[in-house]
Amino acid sequence: MRIKRAFRVWQRHWLVYTKLYKTSFALNFAEPALYLVAMGLGLGSFVKDIHGQPYIKYIAPGIVASSSVFAAVYECTYGTYIRMTFQKTFDAILATPVNLDDLIAGELIWGATKSVIFGITIAIVIALFGLVESPLIILVIPCIFLGGLIFAELSTIFCAIVPGIDSFSYFYTLFMTPLFLFSGIFFPLDSMPPLVADLAFFTPLYHLVIVCRAFTSGSVTNALGSIVWLIVAAVILAPFPFKLMKKRMIM
Amino acid sequence: MHRGGFRAESAEGWAALGGKEREPAVDIVVVRKLIKDYNGLRAVDGVDFAISRGQCFGFLGPNGAGKTTVLRMISCFMPPTAGSVSVFGLETAEHPSEIKSRIGVMPQDNNLDPDLSVIENLTVYGRYFDIKKKDSLRIARVLLEFVELQDKAGVQIDQLSGGMKHRLLLARSLMNNPEILILDEPTTGLDPHSRRAVWDKLNHLKKKDTTLLLTTHYMEEAEKLCDRVAIMDSGKIVTVDSPSHLMKLHGGNLEDVYLKLTGRSLAD
Repeated sequence: MRIKRAFRVWQRHWLVYTKLYKTSFALNFAEPALYLVAMGLGLGSFVKDIHGQPYIKYIAPGIVASSSVFAAVYECTYGTYIRMTFQKTFDAILATPVNLDDLIAGELIWGATKSVIFGITIAIVIALFGLVESPLIILVIPCIFLGGLIFAELSTIFCAIVPGIDSFSYFYTLFMTPLFLFSGIFFPLDSMPPLVADLAFFTPLYHLVIVCRAFTSGSVTNALGSIVWLIVAAVILAPFPFKLMKKRMIM
Repeated sequence: MHRGGFRAESAEGWAALGGKEREPAVDIVVVRKLIKDYNGLRAVDGVDFAISRGQCFGFLGPNGAGKTTVLRMISCFMPPTAGSVSVFGLETAEHPSEIKSRIGVMPQDNNLDPDLSVIENLTVYGRYFDIKKKDSLRIARVLLEFVELQDKAGVQIDQLSGGMKHRLLLARSLMNNPEILILDEPTTGLDPHSRRAVWDKLNHLKKKDTTLLLTTHYMEEAEKLCDRVAIMDSGKIVTVDSPSHLMKLHGGNLEDVYLKLTGRSLAD
């Protein structure tokens, strides 16, 4: 893999995104804002403070984490799959000096970049709601990149093994939705049976939520363990998208 | 690295662009005992041939004969199951990027980027070859003129007709001024007028000493363009010769030659 050639792939995605973002950018704000209003203000008015915080303040960092990883997941499931199959964009790129490893690296880094774009956007939204206490939230950007990379890797692995585009429903329903609900975004997991918290420890969104929450409130030390977890997970997962895509595309 | 060739400063169209430096007639592609297995089927079954620089080499045969698979291995898309493919004296398995930087590929199916405009399809493609933005824009404009799409530069791909997409694919495959141009059924699905237009362009490239490799199941195309043809059947090369010599040996046109050599007609 050559990082420069991977960057060429990233540049293609960036060009397409900057051409289209004007039509879709407002939507990036809309969905998390809806969650904040409906859950934070609506449901929140019936919920007592959690860990000494009003409900809307409790869920805000989790919304940053989940919206950002979903951006990477959409990109590296449907986006990658469409480029690989229907549009044959991969075939066109592979006829150039860009090789499959470069291409997959470009896809993964782009997925993580999408996470960062969404993460920053939503962090601005929650800041506008007055829900950010610490300027340390800036430090969440590299962590979101890391979280986005993990979800890009998982999505690309799935992308390499699915028989068709309809199979992504399994990934969303059986994997993403449970993570969204049980990663400590909407309620602390210590209110659940211990098994739930134990399982959650092995999932990436749980740790990204901890990191986002810690940086939003300025208590960085709470995040260190989870940052290490995210780094280790990103490294362990890294070889698989390359291996499985090679198997799908070439063998 | 982008190889020289587009040296002309004034954009007086394709003709003004410099040709490639002539190199002695050596074998630019050498294929030995090539085998490719796919899902338990032997798609290519022990193929040997060599192509010398500046030649137009055609693979003739019905669908499923293994023509496309051979081309895909030469263009470093897939590794051989056994045997070897060397291009410019380099093994495809070891130097894919270097080989691909010097060849152009025109695919059978449209794989233009629907998210980009006509000219962006060319410049983004050029960027994969590390062609600088300024050069890339200039080359793209010259090539659009070459394929008569200069008025369509800003248009989205889905607004092009089938023939126009075809010509844009040809232009895109020339962005890196390739020494070898690989064309998989370059005129399949085109109307007679567009087909003749593509032949004209390919003859023009031949004159500029570009080596052409193409697959076809049109006899007329093979007769018009190819210096040598390999007749393929069930993953094997039945014979390699010039179209005129084949016709002299076996009589009639290439269609008859094919029937005689394989015992079946191309339409099968």
